[in-house]
Amino acid sequence: MTDLLSLNAAAQAGLMRNGELSPREAFDFWRARAEEDELGAYLWVAEAAPEDVGDLPPVAVKDLFCVEGVPSTAGSRILEGYRPPYTATSVRNLQSAGAAVLGKTNQDEFAMGSSNENSGYGPVQNPWDRSRVPGGSSGGSAAAVAAGAAPWAIGTDTGGSIRQPAALCGIVGLKPTYGAVSRYGMIAFASSLDQCGPLTRDVTDAALLFRHLVGRDRCDSTSVEYPEPVRLPSAERLDGLSFGVWGLEEEGLDRAVADVIRGTLGTIEELGGAVEEIELPSARQGIAAYYVIAPAEASANLARYDGVRYGPRSGDGDLDAMYEQTRHDGFGDEVKRRIMIGTYALSSGYYEAYYGTAQKVRTRIAEDFRAAFKAVDFVVTPTSPTVAFELGERTADPLAMYLSDYFTVPMSLAGIAAVSIPAGLCDGLPVGLQIAGPAFSESRVLDAAHALEKAIGFEGVPRA
Amino acid sequence: MSITEPEARAYEPVIGLEIHVQLKTRTKMFCGCALSFGEEPNTRTCPICLGHPGTLPVANAEAVHFALMIAMAFECDIAPRSIFHRKNYFYPDLPKGYQISQYDMPLARNGRLGDVRIHRVHLEEDAAKLVHAGASGRIHGAQTSVVDFNRGGTPLVEIVTEPDLRSPAAAAEFGRLLQATLRRMGVSDVNMEEGSLRLDANVSIRPAGEATLGTKTELKNMNSFRFLERGLSAEIARQEELVRGGGEVEQETLHYDPQSGGLTALRTKEEAHDYRYFPEPDLVPIAPTEAMLERARAALPELPAARAERFERELELPGDTARLLSFRSELGDFFEEAIEAGDGDARSVANWVTNELPARIGGADPADTGVEPAALARLVAMVEAKEVSRSAAQEVLDVLVADGGDPRAVVDAKGLSRADTGELAEIVERAIASNQDAVDKVRAGKAQAIGAIVGAVMRETKGRADGGEVQRMIRERIGS
Repeated sequence: MTDLLSLNAAAQAGLMRNGELSPREAFDFWRARAEEDELGAYLWVAEAAPEDVGDLPPVAVKDLFCVEGVPSTAGSRILEGYRPPYTATSVRNLQSAGAAVLGKTNQDEFAMGSSNENSGYGPVQNPWDRSRVPGGSSGGSAAAVAAGAAPWAIGTDTGGSIRQPAALCGIVGLKPTYGAVSRYGMIAFASSLDQCGPLTRDVTDAALLFRHLVGRDRCDSTSVEYPEPVRLPSAERLDGLSFGVWGLEEEGLDRAVADVIRGTLGTIEELGGAVEEIELPSARQGIAAYYVIAPAEASANLARYDGVRYGPRSGDGDLDAMYEQTRHDGFGDEVKRRIMIGTYALSSGYYEAYYGTAQKVRTRIAEDFRAAFKAVDFVVTPTSPTVAFELGERTADPLAMYLSDYFTVPMSLAGIAAVSIPAGLCDGLPVGLQIAGPAFSESRVLDAAHALEKAIGFEGVPRA
Repeated sequence: MSITEPEARAYEPVIGLEIHVQLKTRTKMFCGCALSFGEEPNTRTCPICLGHPGTLPVANAEAVHFALMIAMAFECDIAPRSIFHRKNYFYPDLPKGYQISQYDMPLARNGRLGDVRIHRVHLEEDAAKLVHAGASGRIHGAQTSVVDFNRGGTPLVEIVTEPDLRSPAAAAEFGRLLQATLRRMGVSDVNMEEGSLRLDANVSIRPAGEATLGTKTELKNMNSFRFLERGLSAEIARQEELVRGGGEVEQETLHYDPQSGGLTALRTKEEAHDYRYFPEPDLVPIAPTEAMLERARAALPELPAARAERFERELELPGDTARLLSFRSELGDFFEEAIEAGDGDARSVANWVTNELPARIGGADPADTGVEPAALARLVAMVEAKEVSRSAAQEVLDVLVADGGDPRAVVDAKGLSRADTGELAEIVERAIASNQDAVDKVRAGKAQAIGAIVGAVMRETKGRADGGEVQRMIRERIGS
């Protein structure tokens, strides 16, 4: 059989369609790779190919996507043993396009985290350096793709949970425009921000997977009909395109990371693109606003885990004692912290000061981007202020951890399209470049990313 | 108006109602489950209304349509854009840990029904049903509690009135008008016993004539208009006694027990929840289009208040009769069909439909009995034409209700046709001759003594004669 590890998912799909690769053999190959994973990337691996295995490579699915009959815990002990009675729309769309579910990937509990260390089922190691985090919250999906334990994967991004782990693992991660992909069946963290998107080896794969994910879903009122067919990227030049750079002077940004990004800006110009610095005046308040809005929504979204209808139940006798013990035992520290922050922010007397103000900041950030996109075609930033950090390095300092999302949160709050692609290495660890465009500009963003990808010529995890 | 004692007039109650109406849509508010009408527990559920992880609500278009109809029926201002909020609290009957409701941007505001102003109308979802096994019957102290999620997610419209009601009777009367109106629109079963219509009342008292509002208490879940009236009376009495004794009314939620007539506190102001309302991010705003509004407008039937007004204006029916025909729209429909049949004077027909008919069929729909509207109209016409006496006609109606048929055929078959005038004159003559005592008394000014003579005539004619006419003939004959 062809060495599938050397091929991107799109090429494998091509072979399957030509009859040169049996979908079942491909599935079995990837199943074996997933089984052999030692990074902790998977929480569950499919036992066999489904009867009707189609002609797209199988897809690794972040644990928070509900798949009928398959353990779906969102990385939380409070859903241990839970097997949903239905399948998420995004996963169903992939299944009907021909991509079977390969396995469920590890993640930060309820997608709350930037290192995957908040998983209720143990951390994930970064395939570039196993003492380091893969990023999060879609850490398992990113690590699996980077390590060749999955041909491609889907994850979710609320404030950077696709882009940041993609950056830290040296792969491509696309956070689509809010509403482009159905959220039905995605275990919710923060409903107004959560979006499903691809984590892939390269930009072409991201476009191909994204093409099968989009579409209005009757089950998700916030989903919309994607306004145009998703194009597969082909650009090799950036002539006539302008890129607004933001954030290279920000305080928390690692100098070496900034240097890699500056190098990429040079590449943009070599390809014919124009680079200019831009200001996003309210983006600096992004993290503050995000850490009010997301926990506020989460505090309500996580109220359903009460031990009454599904999942483990602890405590006996009194109803309140049952609630308290069940949630005490089931939720991890970070989840509890965010429930408390969110509950506080929504409380009578504090609502306006916190939630109200955060929503105003959100509106301003969206206006900043609208203004920016009048001047430039794309906004580029580093994806993460640092490369992958050591396991345990930031677990004691939630604020330092929250700043991991500094460059990705503004795009989430604005609901726009943004992709992270590998820009190069820094001390042997990948650095991600984020390219953001207006809502529903994915085809254009991915086209530009494709041209850059070709020029950068990033190579994946060195294999022994 | 009765005259009341000065001290009893010193305080006036101020009452506002909060009404929950279960809509009769095909499916639940936010999922595709069929509504439940007493099915086996937990057979009308799906991952969405059970609050499974990852599920999302989608607003039911038919529920929005019904809510728009209700808002229009109450002449509300309909919001061009209204949104849903999450109302957060933990309870086993609330699968998501929050109820999706509307908060500061409701579907409609500023309406009116009768002479009561409507503060707001909004959409929300119903909770599931808890059943507690154990002595207390409540969740605390119960041996086990089980949840039936069939009801969970049923569409509800909440209607809040302004505090415009000034007596328990007025509150109950308003409730009946509201019930009749919603029933007429076909948007709900509005059955209080089954809980498709639920009433909470806010009540305070203040010195009569003053404009300020006193501290109010809330009476929860009154499940009949009678209990609403009694519960309010009990609470008003309690508040008056408290205030007269120098005390102060405390803001609290009370439960009225119709069995004992007692009021028990459910929770005080200090125990009030902080529901942490915030806009529901899973749903898009309701922004009614011109087409949606037009469809709702077109679906509105003539409503009871307007119908009663029309009956009064066009048919000159007395107010009470017109209201009864409108509140019980099945009687109104029967009445309109009867007068359309062409026979009988509208007022007389209305009289028979609102008095004689309910006396025989109770609360049933006359369409489900034997009597045809046209048959009743013919019977009334026969009474008017003096072809049959009123009492004989009542006997005929008994037959019509039970077996149907044509009134004339019934009259002929039972020999109830009214005695003719010649025959009647002879009978009257005989009755006067054999009741000379009574004749003397009547002549002496004792008018009621005429009854003995009339009674004799009626006996003789076996009720076929018209009592009024018999009286008239006797008077004529004895010259009183």
